[in-house]
Amino acid sequence: MNIHTIATHLNKLADDTETGFNFDCTPIDGEIDVLQIEIIGREEIPIFVSISDNQILCIAYLWGEDEIKSELKANMMEAMLEMNIPMPLSSFAKVEDKYVVFGALSIHSSLEDIELELVTLSDNSLEVISEMDSYLN
Amino acid sequence: MSIFKKIITALRGGATEAGEAIVDANSTRIFEQEIRDSEKHVTIAKRDLTEVMAKQMQAARELAQLQASIKEHEGYAMQALNQGNEALAIEVAEKIAELETTAAEQQQTNESFLKSADRLKGLIKKSERQLTEYKRQLTMVKTTESVQKATSAITDNFTASNSKLLSAKDSLERIKKKQAMFDDKLKAAEQLASETPDQTLKNKLQEAGIGEQQNSAQSVLDRLKNK
Repeated sequence: MNIHTIATHLNKLADDTETGFNFDCTPIDGEIDVLQIEIIGREEIPIFVSISDNQILCIAYLWGEDEIKSELKANMMEAMLEMNIPMPLSSFAKVEDKYVVFGALSIHSSLEDIELELVTLSDNSLEVISEMDSYLN
Repeated sequence: MSIFKKIITALRGGATEAGEAIVDANSTRIFEQEIRDSEKHVTIAKRDLTEVMAKQMQAARELAQLQASIKEHEGYAMQALNQGNEALAIEVAEKIAELETTAAEQQQTNESFLKSADRLKGLIKKSERQLTEYKRQLTMVKTTESVQKATSAITDNFTASNSKLLSAKDSLERIKKKQAMFDDKLKAAEQLASETPDQTLKNKLQEAGIGEQQNSAQSVLDRLKNK
């Protein structure tokens, strides 16, 4: 599995999509290959996919440290921990100063599994921002 | 220091600048070497184990043969004694003593092979556990590095394309607006489809009682009465 296989699959889905979404994929150059995936209508929160030796990582950036109401940070983190297990397929993490939701898949996952993962991750990220609204500026 | 601690310390210490490795390349190489060494140990130990087990089976077979031979000779000795042939009985007894010494030696060899096999099995298990552990640690290092490199590529991409990262709330707001707009458009399109100009005029005329009217029970009854 590599990011180009994923990009080709998602780009050619068009009306055949089972998840009801359309995707726009752009590979990003860098030391390792990253695929930027925009779900049409949700371009503001793209999903980034990278592939390592044994797993496929899908990451959506939620908010930065500077967007949190500082006096509510501990409460926000507690709420995120509590939400972590109920949230399907995705988990919270922090990359540098950004809070993210991510999903890790086996390198042997099918393209359909990856599509489901991406859509679920996108749904989760919207839901999380909506739920965590009161902790953010 | 455990790899987990190293990663946390490096991240906390701000080793997050692009290009700066969480765990230096040398450590990664050492890990990979350790994994290869462990794999080699496991392979050698498994080969040794096969050999030892084969030898142990052979020793066990020889021991069983010796024990059968001892039993057989004991029978001969009894028969010689029953015949009153003491001299022959002694000769057989000497043979039995000889066989018993060999059997005792064989027994020892057999036990030593069994012990070796157990030791090797333990060693293999330990090495395999260690191997799994090294692989897990290597995955942690490599994943951390890969996420860092991906993040740096993503950040560079944003900077290069001059895209401004919206705040989470603004992003959600815009997505919701787009969704609402999409829903509205869908509704409008449906409405439009059902409201062609002809249709609208017909509806208006009908409401005013002008033009062709729909058949109602009353109009049918009126018509019948007039006949």
